[in-house]
Amino acid sequence: MQAMSTVTLPAPAPVDKRLPGDLAIWFFILAELLAFAVFFATYAFARASHVEEFNLYQQTLDRNLGALNTLLLITGSWFVVRAVQAAHRDDIQAVPPNILLGWLCGAGFLVVKVFEYAAKFGAGISMSTNTFYMFYISLTFFHFMHVILGMVILTVLWFQARNGAYGGHNAHGLESGAAYWHMVDLLWIVLFPLVYVMR
Amino acid sequence: MIAALRNSAHRAWVVLMVATGLTWYLGEVGAAGTWAIVAMLAIAFVKGRLVILDFMELREAPMMWRVLLEGWLILVSSLILLAYWISLK
Repeated sequence: MQAMSTVTLPAPAPVDKRLPGDLAIWFFILAELLAFAVFFATYAFARASHVEEFNLYQQTLDRNLGALNTLLLITGSWFVVRAVQAAHRDDIQAVPPNILLGWLCGAGFLVVKVFEYAAKFGAGISMSTNTFYMFYISLTFFHFMHVILGMVILTVLWFQARNGAYGGHNAHGLESGAAYWHMVDLLWIVLFPLVYVMR
Repeated sequence: MIAALRNSAHRAWVVLMVATGLTWYLGEVGAAGTWAIVAMLAIAFVKGRLVILDFMELREAPMMWRVLLEGWLILVSSLILLAYWISLK
């Protein structure tokens, strides 16, 4: 009996390696990441020749708002992950509210950023004030535009999801949009310490 | 609560929130210089990797895409580290 119960189980079939979403969106993400890599490196090397100026004016940035915005983007990303996971387990009802919550986190980010810009511009600061502010404004604004594009994508996904477009049968479009949204988060994760904190 | 933490994305979210608080705290105490820069870059690297692997779901993706995105993170961190190292000399 003992011997009979010994059954050689077949090795578990290897799970197919799968890239979520569309291949094209990943090439687009890669291009965006490279553009930002150039910006980040340019900032860091420009700083190396203006250390005192960068250290001085970095102090005028609102670190609390920068950190709050990091929390908002991370949480926004997490809600979109929840939407994708809901689609995968065919819980079609749970997809749109999670996309909406992710969108609201993005909107929160924009509101915080507008307050931050208003305070800076109100103080008479502009791109031409000095090298540090030129980088601060252009880097954060370039990222700001990406948050807006991400939110446009989430809006489209939300409408599609409400029509039941995403479920276990098909989550391709949702995964593509989600990947872009996570990229926006990834960029801010580098941008926040680099521009607001590191000295 | 414990069941929720079996989901790698939920775990990642918790670590990402705490790590953000850590970077904010380093700023509050005025951390500066070599160790502070290395610490902040290390935190950003861990956070970026969690987004790539658990949010973008590249943990189970073809190796090429994992290497490309994690490679980007290594490239950016290295360039920033190099520039800050030059500035400290």
